[in-house]
Amino acid sequence: MLAYTLRRILTMIPTLLIISMLVFVIIQLPPGDYLESHIAELQSQGESVDEQKIQFLREQYGLDKPMLHQYWYWLTGMLQGDFGYSFEYELPVTEVVGDRLFLTVLISVATILFTWAVAFPIGIYSATHQYSWGDYGLSTLGFLGLATPNFLLALVMLYFANVYFGTSIGGLMAPQYIDAPWSLDKLLSILEHLWIPVVVIGTSGTAGMIRRLRANLLDELQKQYVTTGRAKGLPPGKLLTKYPLRVALNFFVADIGNLLPTVISGAEIVAVVMSLPTTGQILLSALQSQDMYLAGSFLMFLAVLTVFGVLVSDILLAILDPRIRLGGSSSK
Amino acid sequence: MLEVNELAVDFTLHESAVPALKDVSFRVDPGETVALVGESGSGKSVTSQAIMGILPTNARIRSGEILFDNPETGQRIDIAQLDPESLPMRRIRSGNISIIFQEPMTSLSPVHTIGDQVSEALFLHRDASRLEGLKLTEAMLKHVGFPDPARALGMYPFELSGGLRQRAMIAMAMITHPSLLIADEPTTALDVTIQARILKLIRELQAELGMALLLITHDLGVVSNMSDRVVVMYHGRVMEAGPLQDLFANPQHDYLKALMHAVPRFDLAPGERLMPVREIHSETGALIKHQPADQIVDADAPHLRVSEVSKTYRLHSGNWFSNESRDLLAVDRVSLAVERGECFGLVGESGCGKTTLSKIIMRAITPDQGEILYHDGSRAIDVRALDNSELLQFRRKMQFIFQDPYSALNPRMTVFDILREPLVVHAMGDIDYQRAMTTELMRLVGLDPRFLNRYPHSFSGGQRQRIGIARALALQPDLIICDEPVSALDVSIQAQVLNLLKDLQQELGLTFVFISHNLAVIHYTANRIAVMCAGRIVELAPRDRLFEHPVHPYTRALLSAVPHPELSQPLDFNAITESAASDPTQWPQPFRLDGSTRTTFMALEEGHFVRVAAGSKPSDLAA
Repeated sequence: MLAYTLRRILTMIPTLLIISMLVFVIIQLPPGDYLESHIAELQSQGESVDEQKIQFLREQYGLDKPMLHQYWYWLTGMLQGDFGYSFEYELPVTEVVGDRLFLTVLISVATILFTWAVAFPIGIYSATHQYSWGDYGLSTLGFLGLATPNFLLALVMLYFANVYFGTSIGGLMAPQYIDAPWSLDKLLSILEHLWIPVVVIGTSGTAGMIRRLRANLLDELQKQYVTTGRAKGLPPGKLLTKYPLRVALNFFVADIGNLLPTVISGAEIVAVVMSLPTTGQILLSALQSQDMYLAGSFLMFLAVLTVFGVLVSDILLAILDPRIRLGGSSSK
Repeated sequence: MLEVNELAVDFTLHESAVPALKDVSFRVDPGETVALVGESGSGKSVTSQAIMGILPTNARIRSGEILFDNPETGQRIDIAQLDPESLPMRRIRSGNISIIFQEPMTSLSPVHTIGDQVSEALFLHRDASRLEGLKLTEAMLKHVGFPDPARALGMYPFELSGGLRQRAMIAMAMITHPSLLIADEPTTALDVTIQARILKLIRELQAELGMALLLITHDLGVVSNMSDRVVVMYHGRVMEAGPLQDLFANPQHDYLKALMHAVPRFDLAPGERLMPVREIHSETGALIKHQPADQIVDADAPHLRVSEVSKTYRLHSGNWFSNESRDLLAVDRVSLAVERGECFGLVGESGCGKTTLSKIIMRAITPDQGEILYHDGSRAIDVRALDNSELLQFRRKMQFIFQDPYSALNPRMTVFDILREPLVVHAMGDIDYQRAMTTELMRLVGLDPRFLNRYPHSFSGGQRQRIGIARALALQPDLIICDEPVSALDVSIQAQVLNLLKDLQQELGLTFVFISHNLAVIHYTANRIAVMCAGRIVELAPRDRLFEHPVHPYTRALLSAVPHPELSQPLDFNAITESAASDPTQWPQPFRLDGSTRTTFMALEEGHFVRVAAGSKPSDLAA
C-alpha cells in the first residue's frame, strides 16, 4: 500500500511536467506577446509609449529570449514560489491572485460539501424506495436542478436573497469589508454571503450526483451478495450500509478527481454574474490579453488540483477496494 | 421439521399477478435430505426464497403455510405469516435455516474479507466475543477444507478459486449450526471433480451436525447420490414426491419419466437415442446436401491434423515501474488427428485449454508454434499459412458453434439477418437464394420459418442455440467445432439439441470436434475422445475403450467423480480425496509432469494413447 502510494505520487511528476509544457505552448500560440499588443493598443489611442519601461520588462522577463528559455524561466520560478509578473495589473502574480485564490478554494470546497451532503441522503432514499412517490418527487426536483442554467438560478437567488434576507446583492461580502484586513466580522460576512453561490454552483452537480448514486446503488442492490446478507438475517439498515452502499462508494470516490476542476470552471460564469471576487474573471481577461504568467499560473493551478484530486481518489479507492489494492499482484 | 402446505406465490409483473408457485406442499424431517428437482423456471428457487423470507420485492405469498419447528424454542412458527424484516424472521434466517447459493463469486461481497463475511452470522445470532468468534470461524474454515484457515480469514473472495469460494459459502452457512440447510444448485457452477468434493463435504457436515438438507438441483445424478426423498417440480407445481428409491425405480408422472430419459447416461446401449422432453423435427431440403462421396479423392487422410501446437500467454502483473510477468502455458504441444465424418470429443475441466485449442484451430488465436492441416478431400491446407483472402475462402469449410446462446446472437439483428449474414459475407447467391436458404436452415434445425423476422430475445435458450447451429451450417461447412454447445441449456433441452446435432452430422456427413466438460454428453456424442488437462492431452481413446479402461489417473479421477442418475452406481465418496487430481505434479509416476520431464504418447491397443514420461514401458502402467 505504501509502495503503491509512493509510486502514484512519483507518477504525478512527469504528468505535471507535461501539463506545464502544454499550458505554456498554448498560451504562446497566438502571435506576439502581451507587450506587443499593449504597445499597439497604446499607439492606437495616440498615447506615447514608455520605451524604457517596455525594454526593461522585456529583458526582465526574457521575452526577447527563445521560447525554451522563457519556459525554463517560468518553470524554475514556479518551483521557487515565484509565479511571475502580471503585465496587465503591473503586480506580481501572487499578489493579484492571493485572496481570490483562497476564496475560490473556499467556495469550491463548500460547494463540494454541499453537493455531498444533499446528494447522499437523497440518492440513497431514491434507490431504496425506487418508484415510490418520494423517488418520483425527488427525481423531478433533480431534473429541474439539472436543467436550470446556473446563471439564471444565480439571478433568481440574488433577487430573493435581497428581498427576503436583506443580503446585499452580488459579491462575497458586505461592501465595507472589501479590501479591509481580515477580521472575524469579515469572515462572518463571507459565510453569510457564501450560501448563495454555493447553492447556485452546486445545484446541477448535486442533481447529477443524485442520479448517479441512485443508479449505482440500484445496480448493487440487485446483486446476489445482498441476498446473501439478507439470508444471514442482517437488519435492513446494517445490510444497506455494509454491503451495497460500500460498493457504490467506489464510483463516488472515483469522482473526486473530476469534481474540483468542474466545480471551479463551472463557477466562472456564475462568478461573472454574481461579481464574485474569485479567479474566474481574471483568468478570462488574462487569456484575452495574453498576460502569460498570470494565465499560465492559473491553468497550472487547475492542473495541480486535478492531478491531486485524482491522486486522492486513487488512494481512497485502493483503501476501499481490495481488488484494486491486491489485484495487481495476486489474482492475475 | 419443515412443512410447506399449499404454498402459492405470485410475482407482480406489469401490474398483473403472475403465479410462480401453485399449491406446493412437501415436508422435510430432521436430519434427512430432500431434493427439489426441476428445470429452470419450475419454481424451485422461489420455494427456497419463500422459506428463507428473502423473496424479491415484487413477489408475494398469496396463501399457504410454511411451518417450521424451531429446535431452540420448541415452537412451531408459520414463516408465511411473518414479516420478512421482523426480528423473529431475521433470527430464523441463518440462525436456524441457512442457504448456499449457486454462484460462489457473486454471492460473496467483493470488498469484505472471508473472515468478516463468514463470522457475521455468528455475531448476529450467537453470543460470541470477538476473539471467540474468530476462533470458531477459523475452525469452521478448517473444517470445510481450507488449507490455511488463519490466512483465509484476511483474504478476499477474488483471491480464491471457485471451489474454495463455495467452501467459504458453506462455512458461512454452517457457522451457526443451523438445523436446516438449503443448498440452491450448490455445485452447478463447479467442475466435476470439485463438485464431487463439495458434495462429499456437505454430506459429512450433515452427518456430523445432524441437520436436514433441502437440495435444489436440476441434476438427477446429484439427486440420486445425495437425497433420501425427492420432490419433482414443474411450472410451479409439485408433480411427484416420494422416497428416492421409489421415484427412480418407478417414476409415475410423465414429466419425471421424460426427464429420466432425457439425461445422457454412460450405460446407454449403442445407438440408443435420448428421448427429449419435447421432440423437434429436422427437415432437410434441396439446398443443403450431403457431399457426394465420389468427390473426395483422398478419403483416408485425416480431416484435420493438429501437430505440436503450443500457446503461451504472458501475464503482466505490473505497472510503469515494475515489469513482472509470468508465462502461462495454455496449450502445450498438442497433437491430434480428426477423421472424416467422426465426432471427436475433447473433454476437460475449466481452464484446461480446450477452448484456446479450438480457437487456434479456427485461427482466431495464433499459436506460438505447431501446424494445423485441414484436408478438404483433395488436398491438404495449411491453416496457419493462409493469407487473408484464402482464409475467407477457408471459413466456408470450418465453422463454430458457441457455448452461450444468449451472447452469441446479436440482439439487434433479426433471425433472418443472422442466418443470412454468412451468405452476404461470402457473396453467395442473390437475395432469392438467400431467402430460400434461410428458410431451409430454419427447417433443418426444427424451427418454423415464420419466425425469421423475429429478434433473438423472443426465443428460449434451446431455440437460440438451434439458431446458432443453423448459422454455422449456412455456409455448408464440412467440419464444425462445437464448444460446449449444451452446457448453458436445461437438461430437458440438452437432449433435444444433442439429438439434433447427431442427426445433422449423419445427414450432412459432417465432421465434429465436440468440446465439453460433461463426460456423459461426450459419451453420448463422440466416437473418439481426448482428455485434456493443464494444456496437454493426457489420454486419447475410442469412446468405449476410454470409459471402460481408463489408464491415466486424471481420466480416472474425472470418471469416478461423475454422479450417475442411477441408484445402482452410487458415487464412491470414500474414493474422493482432497488431493488435486488436476495438478500434473501430483500424479503418480510415470504420469507425473513437473516441467522438466519429457513425455511421450504411449500407444496401447485399439488406438488408445496415454501421456507418460519418456522411456516408460506398458508394464509400468499396471498399477
